[in-house]
Formats: sequence, C-alpha cells, structure tokens
Amino acid sequence: MMVNLYPLKEFRLPVVAECINPDIFHGKSLKEIEALEAWEGNKKKRLGDLFKVEVENTGSDQEATVIKINGDVSRVRRIGASMKSGEIIVKGDAGMHLGEEMRGGKITVYGNVLGWAGSMMKGGTIEVHGNTGDYLGAPYRGSTEGMKGGKIIVHGNVGREAGAHMKKGIIKIYGCAGQFVGFRMKGGTIYVQKDCEARAGACMVDGTIIIGGRIESVMPTFTIEGLRKKVKVEEGEVIEAPFYLFIGDLTENGRGRLFVAKEPNPHLSHYEKFL
Amino acid sequence: MELLIKNGFVYDPINGVNGEKMDIAIKDGKIVEKVNERRAKKIDASGMIVMPGGIDIHSHIAGGKVNAGRLLRPEDHFKDVEPKTAVTRSGVGYSIPSTFTTGYRYARMGWTTVMDPAMPPLEAKHTHEELSDTPIIDKASYPLLGDWWFMLEYLRDGKIEECARHVAWMIKATKGYAIKLVNPGGLEAWGFGRNVESIDDQVPYFGITPREIIRGLCKVNKLLHLPHTIHVHTNNLGKPGNYITALETMRCVEDLADDGKPVIHITHCQFSAFKGDDWRTFESGAEEIANYVNVHSHVTLDMGQVIFTDTTTMTADGPFQYTLYTLSGNKWTNHDVETETSAGIVPFHYKRKSYVHATQWSIGLELALLIKDPWKILMTTDHPNGGPFIAYPRIIAWLMSRKAREATLKKINPKARSRSLLPSIDRELDFYEIAIVTRAGQAKALGLKHKGHLGVGADADIAIYNFNPETMDPSKKYRAVRRAFKRATYTIKGGQVVVKDGEVLKHVDGVTMWVNIQLCEPCEIEVNENLRRRFKEYWTVEFENYPVSEDYLAVSHPIPVKADV
Repeated sequence: MMVNLYPLKEFRLPVVAECINPDIFHGKSLKEIEALEAWEGNKKKRLGDLFKVEVENTGSDQEATVIKINGDVSRVRRIGASMKSGEIIVKGDAGMHLGEEMRGGKITVYGNVLGWAGSMMKGGTIEVHGNTGDYLGAPYRGSTEGMKGGKIIVHGNVGREAGAHMKKGIIKIYGCAGQFVGFRMKGGTIYVQKDCEARAGACMVDGTIIIGGRIESVMPTFTIEGLRKKVKVEEGEVIEAPFYLFIGDLTENGRGRLFVAKEPNPHLSHYEKFL
Repeated sequence: MELLIKNGFVYDPINGVNGEKMDIAIKDGKIVEKVNERRAKKIDASGMIVMPGGIDIHSHIAGGKVNAGRLLRPEDHFKDVEPKTAVTRSGVGYSIPSTFTTGYRYARMGWTTVMDPAMPPLEAKHTHEELSDTPIIDKASYPLLGDWWFMLEYLRDGKIEECARHVAWMIKATKGYAIKLVNPGGLEAWGFGRNVESIDDQVPYFGITPREIIRGLCKVNKLLHLPHTIHVHTNNLGKPGNYITALETMRCVEDLADDGKPVIHITHCQFSAFKGDDWRTFESGAEEIANYVNVHSHVTLDMGQVIFTDTTTMTADGPFQYTLYTLSGNKWTNHDVETETSAGIVPFHYKRKSYVHATQWSIGLELALLIKDPWKILMTTDHPNGGPFIAYPRIIAWLMSRKAREATLKKINPKARSRSLLPSIDRELDFYEIAIVTRAGQAKALGLKHKGHLGVGADADIAIYNFNPETMDPSKKYRAVRRAFKRATYTIKGGQVVVKDGEVLKHVDGVTMWVNIQLCEPCEIEVNENLRRRFKEYWTVEFENYPVSEDYLAVSHPIPVKADV
C-alpha cells in the first residue's frame, strides 16, 4: 500500500500529526485515513483537512505501507512517531520530533529537518539528505532516556546536543556538528565527518565519538590514551587516518572514547608529549 | 443542603459497620441521624460500596522540596497532561503533579484528606501556599523538628518542658499538625558531610544521640497532647540491614507508652525493613518487624509500598538521597535549610527485573499482610517515593487478592520471587480491612475525630465505589476492584458531590488543619528573647517575618489542644 500526502496549504500554525505513521495507515481506506485526527494550533482537525490524500493499493496486504509526503511539512510535528514498520519518504522539509520513539521501519527526508529528529528512538533508520536541527536523537528536555537503538544518517549539518544521553545505536553525520555532541552519552557511536564545535562528549560515560574534521578544543576532563591508525565506524565503514584517542569524561568517572582526526587538528599536537 | 445516600453497602470500621445495607444522611456538611426524605437530594448507591473519604497519612504534595522536584523533572510532566474542563484547571504531572492536579486526582479516587509529612519550618509559607492551592482535599503538614538546633540543645540539656514550649511555639508559627523526625540527628551530621550509623551515634558538635532525640520528642508530644504521635522516618533508611535500626527505634520508646496507646508512628516502613549486609545479600526483614509489631501496641506504621514505575524520590533525608544518587547515577539536587533540616531529590525507576526493587515491592506487601491488626499498618506509597498515589487502586488489589499478587510475582526478578514470602501468605484483606488501612486507621492514628467514619457528627466526606461485594468476589475480580477504586462513582466532600463517575464536577476548597496549642501559662517572651538573638545570628529571614499568620491560609481550621506545660 502506498499513500501520497500533499499539504493543502502552507501551514502557518504548528500541526501535530502523529497519525502520519505507516502502522496506523496500514489497511485503512482513503476515507479512514482522511478521518484521522490531527491538531492545527489549538484546533482539532481531520488529516483530510490538512492534506490531500491519495491511496495506491499495490495489492497484497502483507507488504509494508509506504507514505510519501510531497511538499513542505516543516511545521508538522511528530511525523512517524512510535512507528514500527513501513516507510515514510518526505520530499521537502520536515518538522520537529520526526520519528520520535521510533521502533522500526525507515524515514527518508529529502530536505531539512527541525529539532529532536529520532528523539529517544529504539530501532529503525532515519536518513536525512539535508541538515537537521538541535537535539538529534536526544530525549526531551530533562529526560535521561536517550536513543536506545537504530540508526540516523545525516548528509548535511546538525545542530547542538546531537546524540545526548545516547545508549545504543549509531548516528552518522556527514557534515558539521554543533556543540555538545554526545552530551552525557552512555553507549553507541556518533560519527562526525567534518568539523565539530566545542565540548564534544561532555559528561559522557561510555560510547564512541569520532570526529573527522577540526575541533576547537577537547574538554580538559578528557585524557589522551594514544594514537590510532584507523577507526571503525561500523561494519564496512573504516576510516584510514591517524586519530588521537581521548578517554573521558573523567568528572563522571567515564570510559567514553573520543577519536579526533590528527591532520585537521595541529593545535592538539601538544597532547602527544603525554604519550 | 440535605443529601441522602441510599442502600449502599456501608463500611465504617470506627463504628463497627461491616458491609451493612443502610442509608447515610447528610446535612450542612455533617453526617446526621436523618433528613427530610422528600426534600433531600438522593443518591442511589444500591450495589455499591460506601466508605468514608480516603485519608493519606503521608504524601509529599506541597512545599519547597516538591516544587524543586517539579523543576528538576520536566520529562515527568510532558507525557501526563490534564486538559482543562468547564470546572477544573489544566495541569501536568505523573509523579509530582501540580497542585490542582493533585487535588483532582485524589478526589477522583475518593480521597478527601491528605497530610504533607515534611515541612521545613523556614519554608512553611511556601508549603501553605501550595496547600491552599490544592483543591477539594483537606490537608495538614508536619514541621520537621528532629534536627532543628534549638531542639537538639534543649534535649541535650534535658529541658523537656522548655523544649515542649518551644515545639508549641513552632507548631503555631508554622501552622503545623505533628512532630516529624527525619533521620534524627543524621541531617545535622549531614551538614558536616556525615551521617549517623545507629540510634546511639553521637551527632557532631551537639553531644546528643538519635535515641535521645526520639525519646525527648516523644515525651514532648505527650506533654503537648498533640493529636498525632511523633512521625518518624528512621535512621539508616534505605540501607541493607536497617530493620535492626527500625526495631531499636520502636523499642526505645516502649516504656513511654501507657494504656496501650501508640506513641510513635514509623513511616514508609518498607524502606526501613531491609535485611542483609549489602545489596547482594539484601533480603526482606518484614517478618521480624511484623513479629515485633504484632506483640506491641505502642506503634503504628505505614507501608511505603513500591510500585514498578518511574518516579521521583524526595525526602528530607539528605544523606540518604545522596547515597541514592551515587547508586543510580541519576540527576539530583539537595538543599540544606538553615539549621533546620536538609532534603534531596533523585528521579528513580523501580524495575520488575531488578532484584532489589522487586524485593522492596514484596516487603511492603509482606508488612501489610503479616501485621495481623490492620489498625497498625496503613496504606501509603510515601508518594512519590515508592510510586505516585494514583497507584493506590493497584495496592488495594494486591492486598485483597492473592491472584493479583501472583500475577505480579510472575513478572518480577526470579531471585526475588524465590525469596519472597508472598507465595506463602494466604491472607486477603476484605473491604472492612481496606476501609481501615485507607481511612479509619489513618484517621485514628492522626487523631482526627471528625474524619474517617460515618457516625453522626462526622464530616460528610464520603466515597462511593461501584463494586458489589455481594455478587462479586474481590479476590477473583481484582481488576474490577482496581477499576472501582480508580474512579469513584461519587466523592462527597463536606456534603457536596465533587466527583461523579470519576469526573470532577465541582471545585471546592479544602481546609488547612493545624494544631492550636494552649499552654498553661504564657511563656512566649522567654522563648522569644532567645529566639530573636539566634535568628539574627543564623537565619536569613527576620524573626518577625518567620511565623505564618492565620490569614495566610486559604481556609484555616485550627484544632485546639490543651497542653500540660
């Protein structure tokens, strides 16, 4: 089953539409999908009031549902929240809390995504071909239950606190990252291909952060462990370049590993005398 | 206004009514002999249970600590939201609900009186502001006095009468209800980064032991004739092996009891009933405590039942909260209140699969079921420390049904299951006993004469639950019990129907109760001279700004008491 959604207008108010979820759409008719509940500002709306819905039945019910959103939904929040299977493809920008607490399936965005994408996710994949906002894969403010599984791939840049409180899973960022990458991280892997702002791995206890570009400074609560010739990001992705390996955050008695590429960071060379 | 509740199965243990079908008449907010049958509004309660409104002897619902908990945990709120209705205000909160939500949620379950058990005297104004803001339920608060410098000095010097006068002043100044001791002596030691290990350890710089503090304040309590006994959170709380401390605490006031009346209340006893040397050898000490309580009558307890959920622990026991923080590694905050007390807050998740947490769950129920006399053990979760109060219906189901206990036992840590005493306990409480542990016993322990019963003259606080004890067996239909207690069919507060079918119909103000102690002779000047000087030296507020005046309370309800000093 394949569902096409076209926004009927340019949304001016925040829309909360956690019903845009392949598990919920699965097996429903056009009418039923249009009748699903969503909020626009403080008004309760039907999904059909906000989107033009097209349903293409591909025959078998066994097949996973695919939702295609065509157009700008940057004001639409919680798309694909808690989804377990199926696929969402967004051709345009997407709003906050995309794939929040996602458990399976795949979300692909050909555009930018606002904050909290993949927040607290437990499984599945999110791939973003543009940039993402702050709190990528991080829990809601105050919560300590971060990402527990799954995979996030961002081809552009990300904002601050990507992967905060992360426990398991992998985040790959092929652009630059903001401050506090892997803040209070407890496990899993974060890979930043390009530059990274300061305070990477602050308060991390365990897990791996790999920075391929320049970082202004490494937190003073990290200690240098050695030089590594290559680093494995995941199965089949190994980066062959010299990396400094730091261990921290010592203020939290942490054993997290922070790899920083040697070449773009000549200002860190003074650490070598401690080896 | 007149109201007549017809044909309900009435459970009123204080008056010995056990499930009899009878009518309850209400006039002007009180229960009366009879009303004009034609004029009165009638409620048909046939096939339903009628009980006095629920009472909670120990629930942290207001004050600086609770508010700090709300600030610490935005994540506690965002998933639990109450929308506004025509009569209720919106609110948030799961384990630390906002004041309005607290009032509505208690009322929905049929609870009408709640005691906040830990008020730092310096923060009495804040506590009363929040209590005044909590709708529907009646409330009161216990000032924390066990580690207050004046108390430590008076008791060290053996000046029991002076101490009693000082306590009388404190209770009046803070508009408090009972004497609360938290980790007596330990909090003062915590000011120096230490703690006390047993009730015979010295408190640094004061030359006094927890035993002397407990005994001293127990004597003070008797001199002042306060309605409730001293309310004690024992030393070494939350540490393996602490059941010995709990037993010693109960034993140390044994000789102060006369004519079998309780002189001490051990609160959230589950947290004080741990056996073992460390967390690996951790075991239940419920049997030992129950054996002691079964043969002594000078003590009442409450459960402090653990619920498997995410919650926020908060106590005035700063050193314990620090230990909990080091155990859990979670975020935390603590707070030392100028020479008075200290508190801490740590978010906590009780997990079924954790051996320690599952054993704690078992201990609470073991205590409640092994202690034979239900008047001695009252139901609480120490909200929110063991779990939020909205879990009461689940505890009632566990107490009433072996099947319900077994259903949970199946899901807990296997090692905890094999060591739990619960499979060997057949006891199932009936509705009469449930009415004791949730209402009558609580009212009796608190010395609330007009609450917890349905006799003539009592406050018309009544809960009606849709469960027919004649046709349904609570031990088999425990889910129906849970449903019934979750949403009271009617909650009547002061003669007014405030809840119908679990929906709040009306906003009424509950009263704030406090004890107005009348001393034999005026002695305030003597107390004040000393106090004024010390306030200048140690407090950040002026003495004149310290007491809570009566007009500060939304609805003040002083309870007059004549003291012996």
